[in-house]
Amino acid sequence: MAEITTLHYLVVAAALFIIGTIGVLTRRNVVIILMSIELILNAVNLNLVAFSRLYGLHGQIFSIFVITDAAAEAAVGLGIIIAFFRNKETVNVDEVDLLKW
Amino acid sequence: MYFLEHIWLIPLFPAFGAACMFFFGRKLSKSAVNGVCVGVVVLAFVWACLAVWQYTGYSAPHPGKPFEKVVFTWLGTGDASLSYPTHDGTAPFRADAGFLLDPLSSIWLLFVTGVGMLIHIYSMGYMGHEGGYYRFFGYMNLFMFSMLTLILANNYALMFVGWEGVGLCSYLLIGFYFQRHSASTAANKAFIVNRVGDAGFLLGMFTIAWYLGSVQYTAINHLARSGRFSIGDPVITAACLLLFVGACGKSAQFPLYVWLPDAMEGPTPVSALIHAATMVTAGVYMVARSNALFVLAPNAMKTVAIIGALTAIFAASIGLVQNDIKRVLAYSTVSQLGYMFLALGVGAFAAGVFHVFTHAFFKALLFLGAGSVIHAMSGQQEMQHMGALHNKIKTTFGTMLIATLAIAGIPGFAGFFSKDAILWETWSREGGAYRYLWYIAFLTALMTSFYMFRLIYLTFFGKPRMSHEVEHHIHESPKTMTVPLVILAICSVGAGFLGMPHSLGGGNRFEKFLEPVFAKEAVVLEEQGATAQVAAGEKEAEHTDPLEYVLMFASVGAAVVGWWLAQRAYKNADKGYKEPIQEFSPRWYKTLFRKWYVDEIYDWIFTGRAKIGKVRLGAMGLGEASWKFDANVIDGTVNGAGWTTRMTGNLSVLWDKWIIDGLLVNGVAIVTRLASYPVRLVQWGLVQWYALVMVAGLVGLGAYYIVPESVWRWARQHWLTSFAGTVVVVAIAGFAWFAVSNRPDGPSMKETNGIPAAAD
Repeated sequence: MAEITTLHYLVVAAALFIIGTIGVLTRRNVVIILMSIELILNAVNLNLVAFSRLYGLHGQIFSIFVITDAAAEAAVGLGIIIAFFRNKETVNVDEVDLLKW
Repeated sequence: MYFLEHIWLIPLFPAFGAACMFFFGRKLSKSAVNGVCVGVVVLAFVWACLAVWQYTGYSAPHPGKPFEKVVFTWLGTGDASLSYPTHDGTAPFRADAGFLLDPLSSIWLLFVTGVGMLIHIYSMGYMGHEGGYYRFFGYMNLFMFSMLTLILANNYALMFVGWEGVGLCSYLLIGFYFQRHSASTAANKAFIVNRVGDAGFLLGMFTIAWYLGSVQYTAINHLARSGRFSIGDPVITAACLLLFVGACGKSAQFPLYVWLPDAMEGPTPVSALIHAATMVTAGVYMVARSNALFVLAPNAMKTVAIIGALTAIFAASIGLVQNDIKRVLAYSTVSQLGYMFLALGVGAFAAGVFHVFTHAFFKALLFLGAGSVIHAMSGQQEMQHMGALHNKIKTTFGTMLIATLAIAGIPGFAGFFSKDAILWETWSREGGAYRYLWYIAFLTALMTSFYMFRLIYLTFFGKPRMSHEVEHHIHESPKTMTVPLVILAICSVGAGFLGMPHSLGGGNRFEKFLEPVFAKEAVVLEEQGATAQVAAGEKEAEHTDPLEYVLMFASVGAAVVGWWLAQRAYKNADKGYKEPIQEFSPRWYKTLFRKWYVDEIYDWIFTGRAKIGKVRLGAMGLGEASWKFDANVIDGTVNGAGWTTRMTGNLSVLWDKWIIDGLLVNGVAIVTRLASYPVRLVQWGLVQWYALVMVAGLVGLGAYYIVPESVWRWARQHWLTSFAGTVVVVAIAGFAWFAVSNRPDGPSMKETNGIPAAAD
């Protein structure tokens, strides 16, 4: 049985990152995009924690910052979505095109 | 020697008469005009007779020595101050108003003044009823002045003054009835054709001046006879041929004869004086005067003889069928002039001059007689409408009959001796071709006899074919007209005996008189095979070749045969008489009647009045060609320049519209717009696109740091595979993107939230 090394953590983090990226780029629903962003951030967190095992606690401390930041960002983002929904009555990101030429 | 010394006055007498007519002719009465104009010519004749008589005394010690008198120096100075380059050095140019009298010019002087005097007297009666009386006599006197200048000149330049003068007077007198279009046209024709000949004369004179260094007869004869030039010298041949061109124009030889028949538009005394006795003999005079040069150019002499013979038979053939009495006589003149040139061409200068002498009398008589007939017939000139006049106008008939016998060559009359001399000389010249010329001349003699007797029979015999009013008015002409006729008739008989050849027992005083003029030539010509009798050279006893009698008999026979044929056809000509030639061959008749179509040919070739097919030649053709050139080529070029300018303008428009505006101005805009499309993607407005670009940048950055150098090296080595791989990856990514971005919409918000669709 193989040991769970740091690599495994990194791969998972990368996979989550990619899934999150694909979700940001691909999904139509704005809320789902926010969720994908959260996924990205969490992948980053996982990465940080994995590396903190090797190189000290800085990783974990920075990860706390990232979580906080993610929460604030989610709050602001949802606020934007609600303001946008009040105007356009839709959460389809394809319809965020007022500045489209 | 008084009259001889003042020989230069002879031309001035008629000049004075002409000047009087010019200045105050209009105010003079008819008798005053008569007195002045006819008087000066009578005076000239008397003076001429006295001058010649004194000349015979003057030249007795040296027979043939010319008397020369220079009145003033006309052109040039005689010294070297006015030199011109000749073919071997320079020579001082000198042309005097000089007068020369030698046997040749004395003969001409006598018969020109004599016949001129008779014709002036005749004209007093003939022109009595015509308008412009003083004008006529003024022109006639001017003509006498010019002709006498021509004869008495001692150099070619002064001769040319007279030459041109007679041409001018011919024009003025032919066009005397200038209100008639045919008359003025005929006058133009005469002058223009004459001018063509004059060009030849001038070129010949210039050639002589250049080659021999002088234009004076004495100097030229001296040089020519000195042996400096070889026989057949090309420059002298050219000069002689050019002079002969001038003679052709003045003396109406082929091809410059066409003016003479039309010249009959002038009054009949004009035809008699100018176109029978005097002006047309100027060419013969000139050739005879230049005999020293011609003898040096055998080819030129052959040309002269051939053209003379051909003209003789050509004109005689046309004269066979003409109906106008004056026209028959005109063609007869051309034909007899051909005889004269034939004589000159074979070297029989004295015989030719003799024929001029006799011809002057009988041809002038024929023309004056024809004038008398026309006067009697109240202006009718066509022989078709004459007939049965021999009892009614006896004097005219008698004199004309004598003249006809003379011209036909019946023995005893003048023409026989002169024509026979020519024929004999032609036959006896060595060289085969001269026999052919004799045959031609022989045929011509037959034709001459035929058409002259045709004229006599149609005019004077047969049944009267005229209208009744004309018939009632037939009357004999007044004395002033008949007396000259009788005098000329006497001369037509007597003149012949002056040249009675040795074969018939005469002394041939005419030839002897002319001996010195042509003497030196006898030697030269004998070298070329002429007989001993030629050129009046021989002083030894001439032995008469019996062949001469045979030929004499033959030519008389020809005359008689011609007479007999004419008598058969025309003696009893009634109203609808038939022309035997027309019966024999209508086509030949038509050709001869239309004068061998020479006038039509000249119209085609030289005038251009008629086209040949689509082409117009000649003077009018030149005009038309110039016009066409101007209209098509020159104007075409101008138009073409305009067209080119317009096309260039169009090209400029196109350039401006398509290239400057299109390519440069709009093109810049288009290029900018096209270039802007990718750049616009930077701010597309699609949020997810921005995210994609960010991710792509991140991937690139990562690739730069993660991918090891060895992979890039491998890719560079296997660039095709890596390029293909990149393309495949980009294509898959593109398809994926396309599919995703066009995925169908999911349920709407309201459906997702379970809110029933509002009725909106």
